Amino acid sequence: MTDHAAQAPLALPASSRVLGQVARRAEAVVLPVAALLVGFAVFSIFLLVQGKSPADFFALTYRAGFGTAFSWQNTLSRTAPLLFAALCVALPARLGLVIIGGEGAMVLGGVAAGAAGVALSGAIGLIALPLMAAFAMIIGGLWIGAVGALRYYRGVNETIASLLMAYIAIALMNHLVEGPLRDPESLNKPSTAPLPTPLRVGDIPGWEVHWGLAFGVLCCVLAWVLIDKTTWGFAARIAGGNMRAAQVQGLAVGPLIIGFTALGGALAGLAGFFEVAAVHGSANASLASGYGYTGILIAFLARHNPLAIIPVAILLAGFEAASGLTQRRMDLPDATTLVLQGFVFVSILMSDTLYGRFKIFTPERWRTGDGK
Amino acid sequence: MTDIDGAIEVETLHMTMRFGAFTALDDCSIHIKPGSFHALLGENGAGKSTLVKCMMGFYHATSGEMLVNRKEARIADPKAAHTLGLGMVYQHFTLVPSLTAAENLVISREDAPQVINWRAERAALQAFMAKMPFQVPLDQPVRALAAGEKQKLEILKQLYLGRRFLILDEPTSVLTPDEADEVLGHVRKLCEDGIISVLMITHKFREVTAYADEVSVLRRGKLVGSGKVSDLTHADMAAMMMGDATLAEPGERTGGAGAPVLQVQGVRAQDRSGHKGIEIANLTVHAGEIVGIAGISGNGQMELMEILTGQRALLSGQVLVQGAPYGASRKEAFSNRVRYLPEEPLQNACAPRMSVTENIAFRSFDVHDGSKRFWLSPRDMRDRAANLVSAFKVKTASLDSPVQSLSGGNVQRAVLARELSGEVDLLVISNPCFGLDFSAVSEIRARIMSARNKNAAILLMSEDLDEIMELSDRVLVMSEGRIAHDTPIAEADIATIGHYMGGHA
Repeated sequence: MTDHAAQAPLALPASSRVLGQVARRAEAVVLPVAALLVGFAVFSIFLLVQGKSPADFFALTYRAGFGTAFSWQNTLSRTAPLLFAALCVALPARLGLVIIGGEGAMVLGGVAAGAAGVALSGAIGLIALPLMAAFAMIIGGLWIGAVGALRYYRGVNETIASLLMAYIAIALMNHLVEGPLRDPESLNKPSTAPLPTPLRVGDIPGWEVHWGLAFGVLCCVLAWVLIDKTTWGFAARIAGGNMRAAQVQGLAVGPLIIGFTALGGALAGLAGFFEVAAVHGSANASLASGYGYTGILIAFLARHNPLAIIPVAILLAGFEAASGLTQRRMDLPDATTLVLQGFVFVSILMSDTLYGRFKIFTPERWRTGDGK
Repeated sequence: MTDIDGAIEVETLHMTMRFGAFTALDDCSIHIKPGSFHALLGENGAGKSTLVKCMMGFYHATSGEMLVNRKEARIADPKAAHTLGLGMVYQHFTLVPSLTAAENLVISREDAPQVINWRAERAALQAFMAKMPFQVPLDQPVRALAAGEKQKLEILKQLYLGRRFLILDEPTSVLTPDEADEVLGHVRKLCEDGIISVLMITHKFREVTAYADEVSVLRRGKLVGSGKVSDLTHADMAAMMMGDATLAEPGERTGGAGAPVLQVQGVRAQDRSGHKGIEIANLTVHAGEIVGIAGISGNGQMELMEILTGQRALLSGQVLVQGAPYGASRKEAFSNRVRYLPEEPLQNACAPRMSVTENIAFRSFDVHDGSKRFWLSPRDMRDRAANLVSAFKVKTASLDSPVQSLSGGNVQRAVLARELSGEVDLLVISNPCFGLDFSAVSEIRARIMSARNKNAAILLMSEDLDEIMELSDRVLVMSEGRIAHDTPIAEADIATIGHYMGGHA
């Protein structure tokens, strides 16, 4: 602090200022965690009603998702697409936009990567892979950027538009892999031609998890820097906090909306690229596996904070990785994981109304003399 | 309908209302005699609404009691108040716009039947109307009625529902002076005839002297004076309202108008509803002058603000600043030193959940010594906020508090601090003092005046005619999307302005 500020009536001792800031940030951690626990509690009742033991469920989930090196490997490879999918929700959310159609950008990004791979099959990996990734990002960016443009120029609700466009994207993907892009040798499962080995993305050395995870984490960190540390991110936060105030300040709201939605879409497209180049080896219907939707839940749980997305995505990936085992062992229906996600989501949406209700999280509470 | 006949007498005894540690109403006893027209004066936050909310059962007073027709009344909720014949007319209309007056009246009744016999109801309504001293057309949708007619209908509705003690909450704030005179004249007549008693919340001294017979004044939750209106002058009432607080006088006017800074030429645009047009043939603001635009809200002021901030597309015409076309981009606003103070700053100029520091940084976060920044500097933001908060005396618990936790006056001070620091060439203002208390108002007006004296061109849109008259060098009236009247302050005449505001060209 400068000398001047030290004389200002507001100047508080550094300790109480820090405490105040900690209190304010704690709110953003405590409430989502509490909401998560409430979601788990309601889900436990759901299990009890069916005569199943919640304790067994969570123990099994822990074992299958986080208990062994093998389960960690499974969890972390599922984490990669979830990181990108969550960013596709979290970045536009900073502008106050609720985008729930990241699945569409991911699916089309995967098809774009697969098609580019076929066209570049003779090239070496070092050249072809970046081109495939770039193509996937451009397609994904155009797809969700179009949602932003519809919103800005025509006032179309971005939530509905992105969801409906996801269905269009999936239909388009089915059309392409069953029609123009189909490899004649793919019989049971129509796919694009398999990528040659040099065009496959390998594992992070010593991890047995593909590189998508590293890039996903890197993108989360970069997204955090963009939002928290740059003037662009600050402008986006102003627009998200109050669109009218941003316009009165002369901020270029249109480019911000279209830019942030396109960036989110590009990252979802990148997830599609990794799914094709690192997991499936070709583009096919497996791309539409619901990662885009789980990403919505992750972004909301993380309060749209890109750094918080990392641990939340790992947690949810663990639940998805474990779902097969727990459902078989406990003889539960396939949709059980979806039910769990649904309960957590409703609980997290309700927790949104509680911000600012608890005195303990306000900086004033921690001013020296007032606090205990 | 209740069977209460004739005006009701209401008295509060030692009424006190505490919210936590804050005492909103402190030992307040007022007496409204049957058939009297009682005015309740006070600054914002003086406790006027708390008092009437206690009377109507929206709040339960911490202590004290209430007498209705000299009998102790326990009012558990608004329904209980209605049963006793107490009713309230709000500042904003509570009628359903798409229904007719007759339909609005019938559905407001608590005993309205499931199946309505309209023929019988209509006959009953006509008989009721015939007994009233003033009428409102029964068969038109309420949306088609003028504001004054709507307010009359609100009052008729209360009478129809059998209410014989009416609380009027700033009933004329959305009316033209002529409409206000008409409505209040009728209300006074109803009181004189012994049909109702009235307690009217108001800010306008003129209405108190012209219509009320008694007045009570609240300050900081306490009753600080009351008496017969005929015994009091405006100065007495103002002194009671403000107590010993000293007001910052608006600074002297120095210097005259210079070169034109803002020119709006032949501008046409659609209004918010999309049905009507905004047409500003010519509007010029010179350096060193305040041009005040008076008008009833909803006559195009919001749209004009949107045009000047670049939020509303023009169908034709142009906006010039310093002689060059102006599109209100951040760059243009920065290089021409244009600043805006929109009305209701929390909704229009702040991000409510962001901190005071961040809100103060809105205008400067991306510039550093005249060049563009890419990386934010939290340290600069914080220092700047700390300086401005102390220079403009913004009261906030901390710089990290969300701006929505500040009081209205302090939100406006924070926005002023942001917009008035540094050199200002053009300032566009809308209702800067709406809802603020006396001391904040005078301080904010003084700052506007001092910006003018530093040679800024200022366009002031306000629904408060007193504010326009106090600050302006030139007065314009906006009506139906057009500038209807233009006069230098020296020749400005309230009655003429009032007529133009009401659309009487």
